[in-house]
Amino acid sequence: MTHIVLETDRLTKRFGGLAATDECSLEVVAGEIHALIGPNGAGKTTLLAQLAGELRPDSGRILFEGRDITRLPVHRRVAAGIARSFQITTLFPKFTVRENLALAVQARTGHSFDGFGVVADESDLDDGAEETAAQVGLSDVLDTVVGALSHGRQRQLELGMALACRPRLLLLDEPMAGTDPEEAQAMGRLILALRPALTCILVEHDMDVVFRLADRISVLVAGRVIATGPAETIRTDPQVIAAYLGAEPIASTESIR
Amino acid sequence: MSHRPQTPLTAGLPGPWTAIAVVVALALYPLAMHAAGQDFYISLGSRVLIMALAASALNLALGYGGMISLGHAAFLGVGGYAVAVLAQHGVLAAGLALPVAVIAAAVAAFLIGAVSLRTRGVYFIMITLAFAQVFYYLAISLPRFGGDDGLPLAARSQIPGLALAGDLTFYYFVLFTVGLAFVLLYRLAASRFGRALVAVRENERRMAAIGYPVYRLRLVAFTLSGGLAGLAGALLANLNTGVTPHLLTWHQSGILIVMVILGGAGYFWGGLIGAALFLVLEEVISDHTEHWNLFLGLLLLFIVLAAPDGVMSLRQRLGALLDRKKVAPARETAP
Repeated sequence: MTHIVLETDRLTKRFGGLAATDECSLEVVAGEIHALIGPNGAGKTTLLAQLAGELRPDSGRILFEGRDITRLPVHRRVAAGIARSFQITTLFPKFTVRENLALAVQARTGHSFDGFGVVADESDLDDGAEETAAQVGLSDVLDTVVGALSHGRQRQLELGMALACRPRLLLLDEPMAGTDPEEAQAMGRLILALRPALTCILVEHDMDVVFRLADRISVLVAGRVIATGPAETIRTDPQVIAAYLGAEPIASTESIR
Repeated sequence: MSHRPQTPLTAGLPGPWTAIAVVVALALYPLAMHAAGQDFYISLGSRVLIMALAASALNLALGYGGMISLGHAAFLGVGGYAVAVLAQHGVLAAGLALPVAVIAAAVAAFLIGAVSLRTRGVYFIMITLAFAQVFYYLAISLPRFGGDDGLPLAARSQIPGLALAGDLTFYYFVLFTVGLAFVLLYRLAASRFGRALVAVRENERRMAAIGYPVYRLRLVAFTLSGGLAGLAGALLANLNTGVTPHLLTWHQSGILIVMVILGGAGYFWGGLIGAALFLVLEEVISDHTEHWNLFLGLLLLFIVLAAPDGVMSLRQRLGALLDRKKVAPARETAP
């Protein structure tokens, strides 16, 4: 039997009259990369924000490892094991890579209300930062100020910030956004290497990327999941083709493979 | 450490030698003034130290935490009035009055912060101002607080074996108390807590996303900031041997903000430099002209234009300028 890590139960979020998430039910299995796809405005980002805790759903439930986390604030969800990356790079541009990662390590190791220990000599923060930097390939720029890094490297750090939280479930919001093909390739390898220790939910526009990385795909249209399954099933699902994929993108992904 | 660049997390923290030099200079200052026969300047020194504490307390919230409070006069006032009210009831012991003043101001800051910190930006500025105004009107309308006249202090707080009535002794008492508060502020700024606070200022959303309770961090900082401002208020009541509602006006809150920005928001010495510069300039200019406000304003304008991030940022800016000059010729000689 497969073990379900995350489950949403008829999750609903309305903005005025518009239901951005409409009785959305989703199951994510341990160790898989689960892609969320759908046309613009399908509610992918809204759903992700509810999973991360930034938005409160109007109704429905979110279960993480069997526990109801619907009302948990963001920082408590991180402590529970859910971390996210942002579509728009959200880092500390004036800090070094080391300082960025050390902040994430500090959150996890606690004592952030310790107002007396001087940080400069705390090597455990350093070690944690260096470990994550090595994982995402940023060891050579540890002491570089983030604002001076290329966009591609900032995207690597964006992923690193989430990884430094040591999550069990990773929410990735378009991790390749704005990267060149080479950087996207590298990012793809990074994400694939996270399996099976980590479960990932991946929101991504690029269908090539989705079909290459995802173990299973859920298709979101107008706030609802209209289909879930492995790439092969989704690719040929008539409902999905009608609502989203159309005929041509399928051909192009076929040729890539 | 030298190969690591200065960032907002490390900038502005003083080295031990700077701290020692500052302490020695401040300890010698009244002796020098006394020798020069300028005893008046000793109590100006006390005022500068006290306002430096108040400004540094605000700097913790405003500079480090990015919380632009236009209501810190309230905490100054709560501390001052606590001392005056206690004195009225016969409690003169500094060992009791000062802690009570700090705790009262911290409680006020906690309550105001708990509400205000749910807002951001202009709303936060306005709501802290509104709360401070409530305290102001409370003070002028309640006869028990002396109304418009405030409360005079029959005598300064008492410490067994030490006569605080003399300006010189009082100066050293203030230096000692403010010094302790600065040690606390240093530890806060250099700790995990201080880093988290600065990082929340820089990017709140990311801080939440990596697991920080952003609201609680801010509230703790705001409460500590209010408590330390309360200590400054208590010392000020002692310096002036009394409190008036003027201590609670939003004008006072504004001056504190000016001091912080002048000295350098988010720099450890920002509050001290800002308060010293402001008060000394005020003193010097008002000696020469009735229209000192105008000249002080112009001078402050000039300083802020020359150093938009405060006087303390000049060192970094100069350093960056020198680096550029060093790099430029190297580039020319390159093939």
